Amino acid sequence: MNITATLIGQTLAFAVFVWTCWKFIWPVLISAMRERQKTIADGLEAADKAQRDLEHAEARAEERLSGARAEARQIVEQARGQAAEMVEEAKSVAQAERERILEAAQADIEQEMNRAREALRGRVAELAIAGASRIVSADLDRSRHDALLDKLATEL
Amino acid sequence: MAESSGDYIKHHLTNLTYGQHPDGTWGFAENAEQAAAMGFWSINVDSMAWAVALGALFCVIFGIAARRATAGVPGGLQNAVEMIVDFIDETVSSIFQHRNDLIAPMALTIFVWVFLMNLMDLVPVDWIPEAAKLMGVEFMKVVPSTDPNITLGMALAVFILVIFYSIKVKGIGGFLKELLCHPFEAPKGGNPVVRGLLIVILAPINLILEGVTLLAKPVSLGLRLFGNLYAGEMIFILIALMYGGIVIGVFGAALQWAWAMFHVLIITLQAFIFAVLTVVYLAQAHDTEEDH
Repeated sequence: MNITATLIGQTLAFAVFVWTCWKFIWPVLISAMRERQKTIADGLEAADKAQRDLEHAEARAEERLSGARAEARQIVEQARGQAAEMVEEAKSVAQAERERILEAAQADIEQEMNRAREALRGRVAELAIAGASRIVSADLDRSRHDALLDKLATEL
Repeated sequence: MAESSGDYIKHHLTNLTYGQHPDGTWGFAENAEQAAAMGFWSINVDSMAWAVALGALFCVIFGIAARRATAGVPGGLQNAVEMIVDFIDETVSSIFQHRNDLIAPMALTIFVWVFLMNLMDLVPVDWIPEAAKLMGVEFMKVVPSTDPNITLGMALAVFILVIFYSIKVKGIGGFLKELLCHPFEAPKGGNPVVRGLLIVILAPINLILEGVTLLAKPVSLGLRLFGNLYAGEMIFILIALMYGGIVIGVFGAALQWAWAMFHVLIITLQAFIFAVLTVVYLAQAHDTEEDH
């Protein structure tokens, strides 16, 4: 256990190994570790950002959805109003049509009545003449009493 | 057991030393006395070889990890290596606040290398020496950190760095001022002649005190590691002496297991202490007067 040149040998070996580690090993390892650290930090940051974006997008979608819902409600309300209006209109049109048809039918009936009355009047005149001629006998001249008969028929 | 316990222990504590015999021939020492006679210019081949081999092992393992290093998903080796690197990086950055990119890799090298050297202590004490004996090598001490040359050699390198950075950061004047004007400072103001005289009188006292402080750092650094590991190795050797009879041998095996478990803590702790103290000493070397 003497102090020998081993001391110097070990000092030199120490220098060599420390230098090797300093130049070739440490920088490579530490830079790889730092880089990975940075990658992970970036990844976490990105995940955070994605989360925030998602929340933002969800909020926006919710907003749009409620907007669309309100719009739909409005449209339905409007349609309902329109439909009621249309029914009302149809009703009034139908009413008018009915009245028109009714009037036409009444006019027709009136006309028919008049015509029947006219015909009846002619027939009555004829019957009156026939009856009169039968009563007054043959000397009653038709042509002389035509005017009188017409007057009679009108009065009927 | 053919040899006596004393011989067994002595054999286990003798390095394989290569150097010049007193008669002028070069060769391996055949016993501790011959090794002592070789003086300073001899080399403990076993300590040196194991230390270099383990240092190379560190470089290879971490080199492979560095070569395969990717910022993507790390594999098993890279994970393990990065755990150690991260641990060292955090430790260093909490102690060493100055800008110096040598400190962290040096702390890593020291921590892993010293740990590997200490780890050899857990190999049963007879395995490698007996294998070496079969190959014709008489002495084989496999735990480099039980050789004071190794621990003090590393401490010497740290000491050189401390001096180097002290001078680099503070300049030679600043470094000398630190040695000569602390801890006893001449009071400011008053008669300048008296003050000058006081400074001159205090300088040698300060130099002695600061010199001791400065030298105590590498010596304590090296001897602490050596002492802990030497004691641990000694206990393993003493336990190994028990493998004679069956009953006491089983007891010895249990003891060895228990001591090895405890020793795992010691070897890691000592490696960590060596690395941290190195960083602390270098941080002190970077501290200028204003800092403290």
